[in-house]
Amino acid sequence: MDIFLQQIINGLTLGSVYAVVALGYTMVYGIIQLINFAHGEVVMIGAMVAFSVITVLAGTALPPVLIVLTGILAAIPACMLVGYAMERIAYRPLRGAPRLAPLITAIGISIILQHVALLVWSRNPLAFPQIIPLASFEVGGAIVTGVQIAIILTSVLMMGGLTLMVYRTKLGIAMRATSQNPQVAGLMGIDIDRVIAFTFVVGAALGAVAGVMVGTYYGVAHYSMGSLLGMKAFSAAVLGGIGNLAGAMLGGILLGVVEALTAGYIGDLTNNVFGSNYQDVFAFLVLIAVLVFRPSGLLGERVGDRA
Amino acid sequence: MKHQGQVAGRGANIFAGPQAKWVGVALIALALAGLPFALAAAGTAWVRITNLAILFVFLSLGLNIVVGFAGLLDLGYIAFYAVGAYAYALLASPHFNLHLPFWVILPIGALVACVFGVLLGAPTLKLRGDYLAIVTLGFGEIVRIFLNNLSQPVNITNGPQGISRIDPFRIGTFSFSQTETLFGLVFSGPIKYYYLLLVLLLLAIVINLRLQHSRIGRAWEAVREDEIAARAMGIDTTRIKLLAFAMGASFGGVAGGMFAAIQGFISPESFVLVESVMVLSMVVLGGMGNVWGVVLGAVLLSFVPELLRYTVEPLQKSLFGRSVVEPEVIRMLLFGLALVLMMLYRPAGLLPSAVRKRELAKSE
Amino acid sequence: MSGRHEQGAGAPRSGDATDRDCRRPPTMPMLEPGQSIGGGALLECTGLNKRFGGVLALAEVGFSINRGEIYGLIGPNGAGKTTLFNALTGIYPSEAGGFRFDGEVLSGLTPDQIAARGVARTFQNIRLFGNLSALDNVMIGRHVRTRAGVFGAVLRTRATLAEEAAIEKRALELLGYVGIAARANEVARQLPYGDQRRLEIARALATEPQLLALDEPAAGMNATETAELKLLLQRVRADGITILLIEHDMKLVMGLCDRVLVLDYGRKIAEGPPRAVQRDPRVIEAYLGGAGVGAA
Repeated sequence: MDIFLQQIINGLTLGSVYAVVALGYTMVYGIIQLINFAHGEVVMIGAMVAFSVITVLAGTALPPVLIVLTGILAAIPACMLVGYAMERIAYRPLRGAPRLAPLITAIGISIILQHVALLVWSRNPLAFPQIIPLASFEVGGAIVTGVQIAIILTSVLMMGGLTLMVYRTKLGIAMRATSQNPQVAGLMGIDIDRVIAFTFVVGAALGAVAGVMVGTYYGVAHYSMGSLLGMKAFSAAVLGGIGNLAGAMLGGILLGVVEALTAGYIGDLTNNVFGSNYQDVFAFLVLIAVLVFRPSGLLGERVGDRA
Repeated sequence: MKHQGQVAGRGANIFAGPQAKWVGVALIALALAGLPFALAAAGTAWVRITNLAILFVFLSLGLNIVVGFAGLLDLGYIAFYAVGAYAYALLASPHFNLHLPFWVILPIGALVACVFGVLLGAPTLKLRGDYLAIVTLGFGEIVRIFLNNLSQPVNITNGPQGISRIDPFRIGTFSFSQTETLFGLVFSGPIKYYYLLLVLLLLAIVINLRLQHSRIGRAWEAVREDEIAARAMGIDTTRIKLLAFAMGASFGGVAGGMFAAIQGFISPESFVLVESVMVLSMVVLGGMGNVWGVVLGAVLLSFVPELLRYTVEPLQKSLFGRSVVEPEVIRMLLFGLALVLMMLYRPAGLLPSAVRKRELAKSE
Repeated sequence: MSGRHEQGAGAPRSGDATDRDCRRPPTMPMLEPGQSIGGGALLECTGLNKRFGGVLALAEVGFSINRGEIYGLIGPNGAGKTTLFNALTGIYPSEAGGFRFDGEVLSGLTPDQIAARGVARTFQNIRLFGNLSALDNVMIGRHVRTRAGVFGAVLRTRATLAEEAAIEKRALELLGYVGIAARANEVARQLPYGDQRRLEIARALATEPQLLALDEPAAGMNATETAELKLLLQRVRADGITILLIEHDMKLVMGLCDRVLVLDYGRKIAEGPPRAVQRDPRVIEAYLGGAGVGAA
C-alpha cells in the first residue's frame, strides 16, 4: 500500500509539471492550431538559464531562496524572448499556410534550440544545484519531500493565475475570442498579432518555471531534456482536450499519476516481462489511444474555425 | 516533336531533338558507373557515404509515397527501416544462427515492413494532419523503445547492444564484402554494394514514377486533395491510405535489410526520431510529390553534411587551433535553419511538383 | 467493381453498378420530359429521420423516384435538403428509416460503396480536386469502374495500359459532353465558376451512375448558363440516367423536373408535379406565406 501512496505523490508532482507545460501547448494550439514542437525546448532553456544563474550565485553569500528566485526571474524573460522570437520570425509569416509548413518549421526551431543549448551549455548533463534545504515529511508510509510540495504548490499557483487571467481580464477575453474565430475577433478591433504573440509569451513564461522545477526535481539539466518532456506534456494536453485549459491541467495530472503508477507496478503486473524502462512507451500509448478513440479528449477540445 | 534540328549529315547536331535526351542519359550512366572509382581515390569512406546516401534516397522515395503522393504526414517512418534491418539481422547473423540468403530475406523484410505499415497506419486513418504526425511519431518511438528493450525475458533484439556480425550479401561464393580485382580494377566491398544499390535504386525510381502516373496514383492525389469528394466518387479511402502506408513501408523495409548487410551491425541508435525527421526533410526540401525532387533532396542532405565535415574541421583547426564547434553540431544547426528558411521562402521544395506548388501557393 | 466494356463514344451510360447479374437493358430508349420509363422505383425512401443533437433535421420523410425521372427537392433554407442528400450518399450513418436503391437497402454503407452502387453526387459548395486539371478530375471519376492496381501500374501490363487509354478517352468525351473539352488541361480551381459546376457533373457522370444527385447545380449561374444546364440535364436524362436535384431556382425546377418533393423543417409537405405543388397552400405558406413558389 505504501508504494501506491508514494507513486500517487510522485505522480502528482510529475503531473503538475506536465500540466504547466501542457498549458503552453494547449494555448498555442487553441489559438492558431499549431503543435509548437519547440515548446519543450523553451522549457529546457528555462532550466539551463536558471542553472547558470544559480550556479554563479551559489558561491555568494546570498540566501538560497533568493538565489533560486533570481534564477527563476532570469529564466522567465529569457524564455519569453525565445517564445516571442519564434512566433514573430518563424510562425507569423506562415499563418495562412497549410499545416505542414509550420509543423516542419517547429521541428526546425526545436533542432536549432537544442543545438544552440548544446553549444552554450555543453553536451554533458549538468548537475542542477539543489541548494534550498527543505524538509521531508512522512505521510502514511510514503515520503513527501519539500521539493515536491513546492512544485505542486507553484504549479497550482500558476494554473490559478493563468485561469484568472484568461477568464477575468480583457486580454484573456481577447485570447479566447481570437481562438474561437480570429477573423471576427479582428473585426471587433482585437489586434490578433499581439494576442497571438502574447499567448506564446505567456506559455513560454510558464514553461520557464516548469523548467526550473524539472531541473530541481531531477537534479539534472541536459540540452535534450525538452523533447521527451514536451511529447508527454503534449499528450497530456490532448488527453484533456486540446485548446481546453482545464483539460490541459487535468490531463497533465492524470498522465503524471498514471505514469507513476505504471512505473511502480508494471514489473509486478507483467511478471517482469516489462520493466519500468517501458515507462515512456506508456505515455505514447496514451496519446495514441486518446487520438484514436476519443480525439476530442476528456473534457472536449476548444479549437475554433481555421479559416 | 520529331527530328528537330536534324540538319545535314548524321550526328551533325546532337544537342537538339530526341537524340539529345539519350546522349544525356548515356553520359549520366557513364558518370554513375565510374563514380565509385573516382570516390575511392579520395578514400573508401566516400564510397560508404555514397552507399548510405543511396539508402537514404531509397527511404525518401518510400516516404514520398506516404507524404508526397497520399499526403499523409508520417513522422515515424524510420520504424520501417528498423523493422527491415532487424528482420535481416535476425535471419542472417550468429544471433539466432540463421543464415538465409539475401534474396530471400529482402522480400521477407519488405513484407514484414508492409504489415507494420498497415498496422501503424490503420489507427491513423481518421486523424487530421498534425494529429496523424504525432501518432506516427509515437509509433516510431514505440518501435525503437521495444527494439531497445526486447532482450528480456527472451532475447529477441539484444537490446541496446544491437546485433553484429551480420552476413553480407552473398551469391554462392561471391561475397559482397570482399575485395576483388577484376579487369584491373579494384572492387572493394563498398564498391560492389554500390552497383547493387544503384540498380535497386533505379528500379525504385521507376516503380515510383509508374505508381505516380497510374490509377492508384490519381486516387492518392484525390484523397490528398479532398477526401470527402474522393469518397463520393467511389474511392475506398481507407484501402488507398493503407496501401500508401504499406507501399511506403516496404521501401523502408528493403532499405533496412540492405543497411544491415552493408554495415554488418545494427542497434536501436540508428533508428531514432531525428532520422525520421531527416528523411521527412529530404522529401520536403527536395520537393514533395516530385520523384526527382526527392532524389535531389536526399542526395543534398546526405552529402552536404559530409562535405561540411571535411571542410569545416580543417578550417576550424587552422583558425582556432582546435575544433570549436563539432561538425555534427554545425550540421544539425544548419539543418534546423534550412528547415525554417525553406518553409519561409520555398515551402514547396527545391524541385516542387506543379500540383504541390499550387497547393502551397494558396494563401488565405 | 464490374469489368465493363466501353461501348464507344457518346452518351454516358448507366448500367449495373455491381457485380450482380445484369438486369438492366444495355441501352435506354429516348425519353420525353415528364415521361417516366416505368419499371418501378429506382430510389425509395421511407420513414427517414435524422437528428443532430437536439435538432430533428429530418422527420419521417418518405418519397420515391422512378427510373428516368428528373426529381426535384425544394424547400426553404434549413429545410433539410442537403441533410437528405448526405443521408442518401452515406455521409451520415444510417438513421431510422432509410433508402432502397435499385432494390437494395443502403443502410450501413459507406459513401464509396454507395457510389459504387450507382449514386453519384455533386456538392453545394463545389468540391473539385482544385489543384488538379479538369481532365484529371474526370479521370479520377473513372476510378470506381476500373481496376488496375499496384501490380498493373508497376508492371505496365497490356491490360493496364489499355485501361489507362480508355480512361483518358472517356474522360475527354465527358468533358466534351458537358461542354468544357477545351479546358481539359486547365487547373480546376482556376476555371470559371460555371465551368467548375459542369466539371463536377462530368466527374460524377464518369462514375457511370444510375442516379445523379445534384446539390444546387445552378447556384450562382446566370440565365444563359442556367438554360444551358437545363439542356445538359435533359440530355443526361435522355441518355438513361435518373436525376435528383436540390434547387432554389424555381424557373429551372418548373421547366425541368417531372416531380418535386417539398421539405419544410425536415418534414415532407408536398410531392407531385411542379405545377400542382406550386399551387399547394401548404407550400405557399412555407415559403413566407403568400409570396408563392415560382415568384423567384
